[in-house]
Parts: sequence; structure tokens; C-alpha cells
Amino acid sequence: MSGKKLIEVNGVSKSYGGVVANSNISLDVEDGKITGLIGPNGSGKTTLFNSIVGYHPIDEGSIKFEGEEISKLRVQQIARRGLLRTFQQTRIYGKMNCVDNMLISIPHRKHGFFDMFGTNGKADRDKAEHLLEFVGLYSKRYLPSGDLSFGQQKLLEFAMALMNEPKVLLLDEPTAGINPTLINGLIDRLKRANTDFGITLLVIEHNMRVIMNMADKVYCLAHGEMLSSGSPDVVQNDQRVIDAYLGAH
Amino acid sequence: MSWRARREGISGKPGPRHMGSVMNAERRNLISQGLLLAFGLIGPFLFPHYIQQITLLWIMVLFALTWDAMGGQMGYNSLGNIFFFGAGMYICAVTQIMVAGYDVGEYTSAFGAIHVDISDGQYFAGLFLGLAVAAVGCVFLAIILGRIFFGLRGPYFAIGTLGIALAAGELIGAWDWVGGGSGISLPLYPAEADFFPGSGDDESMFFYTLALIAAVATFLFYQWLYSTRFGLAVNAIRDDEEKAEGMGIHTLRYKTVAWASSAFFMAIAGGIHGNIIHFIEPLEVAFPTVTFGIFMVAMALLGGKGTLWGPVIGAILFHVIKEVTWTHLLGWQWIALGMIIIVNVVFFQQGILGWMKERWPEAFGVTVEGAPAQGSETGGGSN
Ligand SMILES: Nc1ncnc2c1ncn2[C@@H]1O[C@H](COP(=O)(O)OP(=O)(O)OP(=O)(O)O)[C@@H](O)[C@H]1O
Ligand SMILES: [Mg+2]
Repeated sequence: MSGKKLIEVNGVSKSYGGVVANSNISLDVEDGKITGLIGPNGSGKTTLFNSIVGYHPIDEGSIKFEGEEISKLRVQQIARRGLLRTFQQTRIYGKMNCVDNMLISIPHRKHGFFDMFGTNGKADRDKAEHLLEFVGLYSKRYLPSGDLSFGQQKLLEFAMALMNEPKVLLLDEPTAGINPTLINGLIDRLKRANTDFGITLLVIEHNMRVIMNMADKVYCLAHGEMLSSGSPDVVQNDQRVIDAYLGAH
Repeated sequence: MSWRARREGISGKPGPRHMGSVMNAERRNLISQGLLLAFGLIGPFLFPHYIQQITLLWIMVLFALTWDAMGGQMGYNSLGNIFFFGAGMYICAVTQIMVAGYDVGEYTSAFGAIHVDISDGQYFAGLFLGLAVAAVGCVFLAIILGRIFFGLRGPYFAIGTLGIALAAGELIGAWDWVGGGSGISLPLYPAEADFFPGSGDDESMFFYTLALIAAVATFLFYQWLYSTRFGLAVNAIRDDEEKAEGMGIHTLRYKTVAWASSAFFMAIAGGIHGNIIHFIEPLEVAFPTVTFGIFMVAMALLGGKGTLWGPVIGAILFHVIKEVTWTHLLGWQWIALGMIIIVNVVFFQQGILGWMKERWPEAFGVTVEGAPAQGSETGGGSN
């Protein structure tokens, strides 16, 4: 059986000058599932993320979110619909402390003009602190987030995304830079975001163990083209995927 | 969302140490406000000969606070905020002339030869209406300019806004209806007005009071504004605007409100200043880009940008040094001011408050729980 499709990418192409970063890419993200996106360096994974969340206009194709075309919308409009991403090069508000990073990440979906001058209630503060506890940053919550280690910043960015209550979260290499002994804990948290908070995930990962452990379905890109897709087992054993990875090194 | 269901074992309240430092910060804030306001109220009586300088001090405080709302809190280094000062000054003057019952073109082409004959009531009605129209007018100008200039980032925004101020000076200079390069003489303060009996100089006391109220209102407004979601949002824009966009923050709204608030208070300052000077002209008085326009940046940097008190402290220090060197080191005053700016940006870019925050982080609420707080380990020793 197949569930509701939250994101439908159809025939999307994107070039940077002469470099074809994405060529005729199609991909579906099913509601409530964890979808994986793999591929060698430079295969166009981040480019596809950027296209989905509206960071740049696409050259061709269609991107739908909850059945509506979003490829012409701006970044903020898409984010407010509940489609959020984290960055491969982690991005947080470095001079603000962790709590403030969390508080300004509340959903801005329904905000009218005068909400700019509202204050965050106890519910928001509790939620911020709870999520900081969830990613293990509670004791550091009053430190400027720029003073955190890279891995901690990654966790903070993840917590900020959860604070925003997205419907879909696009994670660009969530385990890169995380201490291997902590990766299991992170996998567990990602799965809990999916099961407990009901957030659909689309995850770019280089760590095969992570993706095979989490994903319901996996897509593999190579040289800007869709190489293979299917269940983790199928993709992992696809000879073209193996060749692409070996060939890339 | 079930985050609420699983919050066992986590206290939702800030830890005791953090609470303590927050309370201290609040007490410090109240004491500082009280001291400054006390000086504002008794200053002109203690130093009656310096009333003009103290009036200008409050205007400087207003300058630094409004610049910092953009440059410090939001990271948009405007070099053109002085535009709203000049625009407000001119809008206020034109309104005053109209309320006095004169045709603006005729009035300005007479080069001050018209002796304005108006009642006290007309004078004050014109002045206050002028200030209000200037403030609202500049808010609209900021909204329109924001649409155009908020597409620019970093140095492009700085130079673009500088261009606004420079161009405005030239345009006004070529616009005869408002007197062109020869300016406008403003209606005179009514000789018989006596709001401050026994002061000997009612006019100076009156405009001193206006400047003080404007500065205090600016401070209280930003104190409130930064305590709301607005404060967090503009800080987020400063730290990473693309991230803020990606999180769905209505960035243009916040940026527009920030600039419009600067424009509002700058316009009032311009209206007041024009009436203190009596005679306004575009280049030196209304759009003094290289003096006031740069001072406001220097003052905010000196005190510590991106803080509420930094611009206030910076403005006071800068203004006092400026006035002292102006009287006692004539000829060297620009070198003295230049030195302050150089020492500031070379040796302590974070400014006075920023430096204190680095030195005593705990006093500013920067704490780690379960570990000794920063600074308390090293603070007892030689430094
Ligand atoms: N802004 C840009 N301008 C020009 N070329 C770009 C830009 N961004 C990406 N590219 C090019 O597009 C191709 C795909 O890049 P992309 O970042 O999408 O790869 P990726 O799959 O995310 O790689 P990695 O695993 O290393 O993160 C690369 O050849 C890259 O050089
Ligand atoms: Mg990438």
C-alpha cells in the first residue's frame, strides 16, 4: 500500500551555468515516513534540497507540497507551510544563546503583524527547554550558541527545527561531524522526531549504516541523475549504486 | 506534538544562578535609569551655562539608540539614518509655516524678511503638529525606502543609505520651494512664553525639556521593543538572515519596523534641533552626514553595539569628550575624536558594554549549569 504523498518532485532540472546539478529528478516523500537521499559528493543532493525549499528557482519541472505547486513560492512562504530544512553547513544564530535560538524558532505560520510585538509565553519557554533537554543541551542553554562545538550546533539546529513544528523536515547530513559513539543516540532522536512528533523526514546521509537503519525508502543520485530507488536493501545491493560509490572514490 | 507528555525530570524554570543574575541585571538597569533621569531633571539647574550642550547630549543619545536598532541589533549598518533627521526637520518647518498661515513658497523666497506674526497658541500648535507630521512622514519614507534598500546587504546597504542622505542634501538645496541652498528661518519662540518661571531663558528650557522627553521616550520604547519577539527576530536577522528566512520569519516586516522606528524618532529630533537652531539649510544643519551622521555610528560602537545601554553610554562619553575638546583643545578636537574612534575599533571592537560582558559573563546571564560558571574560576586572581 502507499500512503499520502507529502512532497512530489517531478522532472526537476537545475543547472549552475554549465554545471548540470540536477537533471530530470523525480522523487516522492510519503507522509509519516523517513525517506533517505544518498549519492556521492557533488551528485546534486543539496541542490535538490535547495530547489524544494525555494532557495533558487528551478529550470524545469514541478514540486508539489500537500498537492499544491510550491516551485514558484519564496523560501519564507514554503517554510511557513511547514516544510523546513537544516543546513549541511550548520546554521544557527551564533551570538544568541540557545534558549533565544529556540524561542525565535517557534512556528511563524499564523503570525499577524502584531505578533511581532508579542512575548513568548511559559508554554513556549517550557517547550524550548524540553527540546534542548531532548538533544542534550539543557545545561548549556544560556551560552551563546556560537560557542558550542560543531556537533552541538548541529543538535541545536535540529532542536530549532523541531521547535518550528514542521510537517516535513529535510535534514542535510545530520550525522556529519557527530562523534561516532553519539550517532546511535542521534539516530534514536531522529526516529523519535518521526514517531513521537509525527514529523515526516527526508534525510541526506553519507553514513550507510545510519540510512539503512532509519529509512523506509531510499533514493540514490549520481552525477545529477536519479540512479536508483527503492527499499534500503534493494538500493544497497544495486550494482549501479555500488559502482557509483566506488567510482567516485 | 507530544513533547509535553514526556517532560519528566526537567524543571521548566531558569536555574537559581541564572535567576539571580537576571535580577541583578534588572536592578542595575533601574538604578542606571534613575540616575540618568535625575541628571536629566536637575542637570540644567546645576549647569545652567551648559544647557545647550546638555540638550544636544539627549539628541545624541537618541541618535545612538536609533542607529543601534538598525546597525547593532539587526546588523544593517545604515550610514544614511541622518536622512530622517533632515527630512523631519524640513517637514516640521514647512508644517509650522503653513500653520502660521503663510504660503511656503512666498515665505522662503522672502529670505527671512517676513516677520512672522503669530499668537503663542499658533506657534505651539505649529510646532507640535510639525513634529507629529514629521514623525509620521518619515515613517512612510522609511517604509518606501525599505522596499528598495533592504535588498542590499552588508557594505552595499551602508553605501546605498549614505547615498540617500547625500542625495537628499543636494535635492533640497536645489528645491526653491523650501528655500533651496539658502534655507528657511523658522518662526521665533514667543517672547512672552513663560513655562519655566524664573529660568531666565524659557526657550532653552522648553527645548531642553522636549529633547529630554524625546530621548527618554526613545529609550523606553526600545527597552520595551527589545523585550518582545521583535528583539529576538532582529538579532536572528543580524546573526544569519538566510537562516531566519528559512525558518519562516517575516524578515521584511521586522526590518521595516526597525527602520521606521528609527525614522520616527530621528524625525522628531530633527524637528526639535531645527527649532533650536532657528535657521535650517540642507548641508550643515539638516543632513550633516560627516558629523552627526558618523557620530551616531561611533557612539554606538564605543558604548557597545547591539545592547540597550551601550549606545547611551557611548553617546554620553563621546559627547562629553567632544564638548571638552571643543572648548579646551581647539584645533585638536577632530584629532581627539578620531583617536577615540581608532582606539575603539582597533583595541576593543565590542565597545564598553561588550567588553564588560566578556569580562564578567555571569553578570550578564551567560552561565553553564553543573560546571563552575565562566569567570568565577579565574576572577579571584591577579586580573
Ligand atoms: N551555488 C552553486 N554555484 C555553482 N555550482 C554549484 C553551486 N552549488 C552546487 N554547485 C555544483 O552542483 C553540483 C552538485 O552540488 P551539491 O551541493 O548539490 O552536491 P551534494 O550531492 O550535496 O554533495 P555533497 O555530498 O558533497 O554535499 C556540484 O558539481 C557543485 O559544484
Ligand atoms: Mg551537500
